[in-house]
Amino acid sequence: MLYREAGDYSTSYPEDSQTFPIKFDRYRYYAILAVAFLVIPFFVNDYWANAVLVPFLIYSIAAIGLNILTGYCGQVSLGTGGFMAVGAYACYKLMTAFPEISVMVHILLAGGVTAAVVTLFGLPSLRIKGFYLAVSTLAAQFFLVWMFNKVPWFYNYSMTGMIGSPERTVLGIVVTGPATDAWAKYMVCLIFVTFCAVLARNMTRGSVGRKWMAIRDMDIAAEIIGVNPLMAKLSAFAVSGFFIGIAGALFFSVYLGAIEVTEAFGIEKSFLVLFMVIIGGLGSIFGSFAGAAFLVLLPVLLKNLLVGGLGWPTDLAQHLYFIIAGGLIIIFLILEPHGLAQLWRVAKEKLRLWPFPH
Amino acid sequence: MKLKLKLTSIVLGAVMATGPALADLVLPMLSYRTGAYAVNGIPFADGYNDYLTLMNERDGGIGGVKIDIRECETGYNTEKGVECYESLKGTGALIFSPLSTGITYQLIPKATVDGTNIHSMGYGRTSAKNGKVFRNVFNYPANYWDGASIAVKHIMDQEGGDLKGKKITLLYHNSGYGKEPIRTLQELAKKHGFEYKGIAVDHPGQEQKSQWLQIRQQRPDYVLMWGWGVMNQVAIQEAANVRFPMDKFIGIWWSASENDTVPAGAGAHGYKGLALHGSGMGYPMYADMQKYVVDAGKAAGAGDQVGTVLYSRGMYNAFLAVEAIKTAQKLAGVGDVNAAQVRDGMEALNITEETMAAAGLPGFAPPFSVSCENHGGPGLGMVSQWDADAQKWSLITGLIASDMDVIQPLIDADSAAFAAEAGITPGCG
Repeated sequence: MLYREAGDYSTSYPEDSQTFPIKFDRYRYYAILAVAFLVIPFFVNDYWANAVLVPFLIYSIAAIGLNILTGYCGQVSLGTGGFMAVGAYACYKLMTAFPEISVMVHILLAGGVTAAVVTLFGLPSLRIKGFYLAVSTLAAQFFLVWMFNKVPWFYNYSMTGMIGSPERTVLGIVVTGPATDAWAKYMVCLIFVTFCAVLARNMTRGSVGRKWMAIRDMDIAAEIIGVNPLMAKLSAFAVSGFFIGIAGALFFSVYLGAIEVTEAFGIEKSFLVLFMVIIGGLGSIFGSFAGAAFLVLLPVLLKNLLVGGLGWPTDLAQHLYFIIAGGLIIIFLILEPHGLAQLWRVAKEKLRLWPFPH
Repeated sequence: MKLKLKLTSIVLGAVMATGPALADLVLPMLSYRTGAYAVNGIPFADGYNDYLTLMNERDGGIGGVKIDIRECETGYNTEKGVECYESLKGTGALIFSPLSTGITYQLIPKATVDGTNIHSMGYGRTSAKNGKVFRNVFNYPANYWDGASIAVKHIMDQEGGDLKGKKITLLYHNSGYGKEPIRTLQELAKKHGFEYKGIAVDHPGQEQKSQWLQIRQQRPDYVLMWGWGVMNQVAIQEAANVRFPMDKFIGIWWSASENDTVPAGAGAHGYKGLALHGSGMGYPMYADMQKYVVDAGKAAGAGDQVGTVLYSRGMYNAFLAVEAIKTAQKLAGVGDVNAAQVRDGMEALNITEETMAAAGLPGFAPPFSVSCENHGGPGLGMVSQWDADAQKWSLITGLIASDMDVIQPLIDADSAAFAAEAGITPGCG
């Protein structure tokens, strides 16, 4: 009954090829956007913004970025943490060097810088594949973290090697620094998420995305039908780096405000984002959101239920979280290897036929 | 997804609505009992909790008002620390003790804006000693720069007052924490004419073969260590393996507990560490602790850490919090004080021999007082040494004062930089 395309006629090509061709789907999408932009900002408090929504939105951007590279173009990357660090440090250097320019521009530029760096580290992908490429991106991860520790210029010669985001305003509203209101943090992240998601969704639906997918499915065949592997792979690295850089810049400037590179952008972060992509669903923008939500919300939810609700010891709750999260990941991978996005697809199919499945 | 968020919000709303009565003194405890730093986080958290439990059980709280201890697991992770802080700051939390330099750095700007108090006892941002800039941040009774200076002074004693041409290497946790003493050591190297070198160990520090190879090649006269968690044990084990003379290996007070030395067995014998206070069960307070907390089955954690160095540190931290709240109650004239009143209490804190004796801790730590100009206390420390046969730490020096001629200019410069960055006009009152 829901998701029915009967009676939903397209009379022009643009109508036929729009992102959400089914009317119900489209309205659902508009409704979510309306709630996110017009309702949540008025109700969000510090806890919800800082502990749940802002990290969820930022990790969503990072997951979209990695999904483009790994899910759409088939290039496994373990360097996400290091690439996010590039975004964060680029943003920091730009914020401190050009304080008069809007921080929104700096975040975008940080994405651009990261794109360039990631493309550089993507060059080996032209010769090596699979596990070997994963190892070379792993090297990037360790190299970048080492570099941000080693070269004092990146942290403006501060005594502890930590970077802190100065206060910046957009249209007179404070968006970085400790005095930021919850809704302002949330809105900045939401604007970037919407921008990135729309951009990614349209890229993956267009010729660029089809080239990536051709490379992913079989690179030799793709080359034979006229896809330039150099351009396809490097463009995937660049676009992915752009998103991951934006995520890193937001992570530093809006979310945490002060960062220590080893702790914030270590190898754990690379794995976390990779797990988000795998659990959410490789090659799906929705999956990036679902995976980020799963891994950001689950610990907070469990902690509040077990410690806040049941009064259990904190260490027990934390260990239980490891068990539950690990167990769920295994269950998901066995029962639904294509991730939460595939569950959603199946649910949609069922809903189309519901309540008369035969 | 929206549905999922909604469901979560309903569940969370229900969970958060069930808080205890508001007329309690809320003391948050940002602890870590899991992860690579749990080995040091657990005894500290146990000590902190047990002392506050003792207050509740024996004295009915502080000034007749019960203490509500809110423990929150951070795993030494800044993101979780932020989550803990945000969830606790609305509960009327009086003093945050994050026990992590990274989280402290994270919270300092927020605390100033939100009006919450941070007590980073012997860790955190050293220049928070300047209370004219860092109004809500306290790091008494000593800080890292004091630690570096105390260690160098002790080495000078050992070497007969002259360090010219000596080599001192710092083995540090590659983080804000480990990098804190570098500037001070560089200044001290200039002043005393020794050669300073730093060797970083990356989180979590389980692998230090290359660092100790470097130390073997450089042949330093002394090695200082700023380590935490599993890094401490590994470093001491490695030092024993390469037969580095243990009495020339000195750890900061965070690298000097039983949990760090016991795993290395006899090899750790003679290892030195700085100390802020005494340890062991030889204080009258422990009789009450046994009676009201341990025997009553109310001890935190497994209850097996009582009396260890880090347990004593956690207990000391709780003791200082309790005394600050008592001072605040006296100043405000009410029992149920709020965060702003506790801030004033912390600033007016005066720990005398009598206060410590009254709490059953005579001679446990040096007396000191806090003022607006000095949020960092006197900066006194001692040196202790590990005895592997007796399996205990014993103090081998009296109190050593840090070299404020070197440290004060650094504090002034760093706090002025923060004030400029955060737009704070320095001043008291």
